[in-house]
Amino acid sequence: MLTIKLAFRNITHAGIRTWLNVFVLSFAFVLIVFTEGFYDGMAQQIKDAMINSEIGGGQFWQKDYDPYDPFSIEQSHSLVPANINDEVKKGNALAVLVVSAAIFPRGHVQSALIKGIDPEQKIINIPSAVLDNNADTNSIPGLIGAKMANNTGLNKGDFVSVRWRNIHGTFDAADIKIVEIMNTDVQSIDRDQIWIPLNKLQSMLQAPGQATIITMKKNIVNIPSGVPEFVFHNHDYLFKDINDNLNRKKISSALMYILLLSMALLAVFDTQVLAIFRRRKEIGTLMALGMTRWNIISLFTLEGSLLGILAFVSGMIYGVPLLAFLAKTGVGLPSMVQSVGSSIPTTLYPKYGIRLYIITTMILFFSVIIVSFLPTRRITKLKPTDALRGKLS
Amino acid sequence: MDNNKIIIVDNLIKDYSMGSSFFRALNDISFSAKKGEFTGLVGPSGSGKTTLLNILGALDNPTQGDAVVLGKSVKSLSHKDAAQLRNHSIGFIFQTYNLLPVYTVFENVEFSLLLLKKGKEEREEAVMKALSWVGLTNKANSRPNQLSGGESQRVAVARAMVKNPEIVLADEPTANLDAENSHNIIRTMLKLNEELKTTFIFATHDEKVISYLHRKIVLNDGKIVNDLILN
Repeated sequence: MLTIKLAFRNITHAGIRTWLNVFVLSFAFVLIVFTEGFYDGMAQQIKDAMINSEIGGGQFWQKDYDPYDPFSIEQSHSLVPANINDEVKKGNALAVLVVSAAIFPRGHVQSALIKGIDPEQKIINIPSAVLDNNADTNSIPGLIGAKMANNTGLNKGDFVSVRWRNIHGTFDAADIKIVEIMNTDVQSIDRDQIWIPLNKLQSMLQAPGQATIITMKKNIVNIPSGVPEFVFHNHDYLFKDINDNLNRKKISSALMYILLLSMALLAVFDTQVLAIFRRRKEIGTLMALGMTRWNIISLFTLEGSLLGILAFVSGMIYGVPLLAFLAKTGVGLPSMVQSVGSSIPTTLYPKYGIRLYIITTMILFFSVIIVSFLPTRRITKLKPTDALRGKLS
Repeated sequence: MDNNKIIIVDNLIKDYSMGSSFFRALNDISFSAKKGEFTGLVGPSGSGKTTLLNILGALDNPTQGDAVVLGKSVKSLSHKDAAQLRNHSIGFIFQTYNLLPVYTVFENVEFSLLLLKKGKEEREEAVMKALSWVGLTNKANSRPNQLSGGESQRVAVARAMVKNPEIVLADEPTANLDAENSHNIIRTMLKLNEELKTTFIFATHDEKVISYLHRKIVLNDGKIVNDLILN
């Protein structure tokens, strides 16, 4: 208790030196919490957006389907098994047929995926209902995302020619009329793809009743048992790429905050080294007054550690309102970032959990205690008589 | 052991190593001091006064021989026991005052009592009493950098005396003071010696201090060359 009292007196009387250290440490603390919260929030937003707009409660993939292998697409469709089809009929699942095609926007050829979807579906957040309201019965209604529109130059009301091969290998072609352009953060339902009614695509492909992907309703508990033709993939599998990407980003951000924390800790270390050098006469006096070496080491270590506590408190004072404000208003991202990333929303909302605060606080405290203690080891070798003369033994 | 003898120094030798050779700072010193003495270790610079004082204060260890302070052999004291001895029974006064700069006068004087884990009321009473001995109750809230040299040394005296130690060791307490302040400080210490029967041992070569001493132990080249009872 005495040591705490003395340490607190010493650092509060030390003036600007203390407050500079506290500021640097608290800045590091707040920035680490913000950075971690930023990535946690980004991960959560991306996953929420994907669940809502693409993967729902998990997906059955036709056994040959591999989204990274364009050559697999032609083979990857089968009849929807009866038990899964029952769920589709009950509104618990959504069948999507995927076909590889060539489109000819503005006279250029471009490869694209044509995706068939039930216009009345309520499983994923795609405005598929617009595919049902097409007055022009001679054309195929098509829905594209804003990025696809931007890449192809297609606008609402435009026609685009599309060429595909049916299941017998015969090429066929038709015009698709763009009936709506949707805005979405999920690029995997936007880039290089056109959504059309499922029955139309099944008929174009001469594959009635067939699908490539069956998306289950969000939060569904009972997943139908799989059949050899369709393999179920849960969220862990479907988010693997995203998690890997986020972990890579976290590592690079961790390097940044390790650097930042190191600089803050170096300031504390320097302060401690300087304090022991400048206050060696005081150390001698404390010994003469009856303090043991370990009392003095505890005092100096505690002085450094209190910097960590003050940094935590001051970080909470200005950091909590600031971080809460950012969590509420979000952080806008420049368009350049969105154009290179996948599924990155325009505004990110950082997410701060209690675990994040506890871990960051523990890292800060332990680091500060260690760097506060290390320089004080010199005191164990210090002779009282040398210290009183202002010498370091 | 004579119960009155609170310091017994017996054939004390202190060597400092200087590379391959050594320097003998104290050479076969023997003397004893009784409770309530007002004694000076007198001699020129380098005669061994401060070294002897440091050993008596358990801040340093003898190379040979021993010093027994309040019945405890300095040579056999652990760091912790030495700190305990200083904490409970010995007050120090230094030439350069050695006040803790971030504390107020009150807090500087209070410090020894905090180490002794005295209660708040007891501390406050003792600190104000000690400050009244040295005439500085009005400076209780001042910081050391707001005090003159004489005032700083009076605070150091109050700090040494506040815990009512049996021995006060003062190393050149007047070296940085003018004549008037030197006399004031010595008179204050003499008064405390008479009232509280505290033993004072000075290291000094200041004639002003010497004129107040009851006993003068003269050191030269690490040896006692004279031991005089003055009055």
